[in-house]
Amino acid sequence: MSSDELQGYKKTLNSPYTGIKGWIDSRLPLIRMMEAEYLKFPVPKSLNYFWSFGGIAMFCLIGLILTGIFLGFHYKPSAEDAFDSVERIMRDVSFGWLIRYLHANLVSFFFIATFIHIFRALYFGSYKAPRELVYIFGLTMFMLMMATAFLGYTLPWGQMSYWGATVITNLFSAIPVVGDAILQLLLGDFTVGDSAVNRFYVLHWLLAFAIVGLVVFHVITLHMTGSNNPTGSEPQSWDETVSFHPYVTIKDLNAALFFFIIMAFILFYYPNILGHSDNYIKANPMITPAHIVPEWYFLPFYAILRAIPDKLGGVIAMFGSILALGLLPWLDTSKVRSCLFRPIWRYCVLLFAVNFLVLMYVGGKPADDIYVLISRIGTAYWFLFIFVLAPLVGFLETPRQPLTITNYLQSKKA
Amino acid sequence: MSNRKKPRRDFIKLSAMTLGGVGAASLLIPFISSMNPGKDTLALASTEIDLSPLEEGQSLTVIWRGKPVFIKHRTKSEIDTAKNTSLDELPDAEEDSARVQKDNWLVVLGVCTHLGCVPLGQKASDTKGDFGGWFCPCHGSHYDTSGRIRKGPAPTNLPVPPYVFLTDNRIKIG
Repeated sequence: MSSDELQGYKKTLNSPYTGIKGWIDSRLPLIRMMEAEYLKFPVPKSLNYFWSFGGIAMFCLIGLILTGIFLGFHYKPSAEDAFDSVERIMRDVSFGWLIRYLHANLVSFFFIATFIHIFRALYFGSYKAPRELVYIFGLTMFMLMMATAFLGYTLPWGQMSYWGATVITNLFSAIPVVGDAILQLLLGDFTVGDSAVNRFYVLHWLLAFAIVGLVVFHVITLHMTGSNNPTGSEPQSWDETVSFHPYVTIKDLNAALFFFIIMAFILFYYPNILGHSDNYIKANPMITPAHIVPEWYFLPFYAILRAIPDKLGGVIAMFGSILALGLLPWLDTSKVRSCLFRPIWRYCVLLFAVNFLVLMYVGGKPADDIYVLISRIGTAYWFLFIFVLAPLVGFLETPRQPLTITNYLQSKKA
Repeated sequence: MSNRKKPRRDFIKLSAMTLGGVGAASLLIPFISSMNPGKDTLALASTEIDLSPLEEGQSLTVIWRGKPVFIKHRTKSEIDTAKNTSLDELPDAEEDSARVQKDNWLVVLGVCTHLGCVPLGQKASDTKGDFGGWFCPCHGSHYDTSGRIRKGPAPTNLPVPPYVFLTDNRIKIG
């Protein structure tokens, strides 16, 4: 490498700013990066409110971390003290009830936002090339979210915490031969107990920050390709875009505030409606509650677990249901992204969403014959959608010619 | 680039990768091992129980390693049903005689082999399932009077913990 080239390379590192801003920016290029990625970043003009849910989910995550820190100041992670320390937060700590109810309800709304966000990705084809990695990082975050939520739910050490933890950690015992040894290694004991609650607390923190790390990757990959939009067509010129700030920032903030008003209604009037009353009974390893029900956001996956009459098979189907979704970018054979222009696939996706809600419903019911039957049909459709319909519909369907962003906006006005 | 330097480059590459790889792999052992139950937990691994207060037909739940253990003083008819069950009817075929040391005492872990719930059937008022033993309310597994799985999602029989009779009326589990 000649000296000229080296100088040229270094010149690209010079800051476009002057003064203090320039001094900092030429040493830490964060200011120009933020300006390029968050202020001037071009975003398709045609985004609808479905596109606000990623930002809303991020606000939920920030809220969870903040409330989590303040809860952590008072919580004691041991089998002896955990339940009482949570009750102390509720009764004796100043505004403790508010912080804990916020934490508990924010999780639910985090999942609501995430479910809508994932539906958006499916309906408008955001998972398709070149956004496969954006989608994969998203699904990875979703799985970490579920792990973190599960770990967090065990911490209050009520009956549902304890028995939920027992049932879920026992999923590992389904692994042939080494299952029980792995379970002992994970729990640090022969059962869920003092050792488990201690490490669950640590892992709850660790995974929460792992999610923050993945958000960074999610956003970096997104900013390489730019946002998808309802047409699925890429913007052809600057005219078809707006800058991220102020157009998207103000729109997302507005959407987020309406979303949090709904959350506030639940928070202040029905703070326990999404939880289970048995979790206000202290954990008792000798008595199993009559119905162990997971948190509502796990119910579709719980239904899949119960749909398979074999223990190992059920566990594989449950984890497989999310992993299989990760294959969608390669299994969907259609060239057209958005369901607006795909007459058959659009109904497959809508049915997938309805099926998700049906699975959620049966997952919360006792494992009686009729509910097991429905959950089997639902599970079958889940996998049929991914492995059969996605490749097949792409071949069979004749999609409409996708509109450009400009034409789409004109057709909406007309 | 001269060829003379190449072996030296290969050497540092190889040595860094080998030393680093072996070092990282061996460091994993203590860290993973530290997650296992500690010595204090293992020290609590046995429990002694006096059986004399248990009348025929009664059951007792004791704690061993933090898990419930069902001790059942079986009646004549319960023993007979357990003994006379054909192995073909059992999902996890096992003779009753292989599961007990003395016919009238059944000692099994009270943890459903499906997903770890505590089955019902210890109290007189509990439902005992379709086979007169235990019934797990979580996902509907039925166990017979030998603690064997008969119906439902659980894959195996209730395990028999290691135990010895110290005297006729005293056992040590673990």
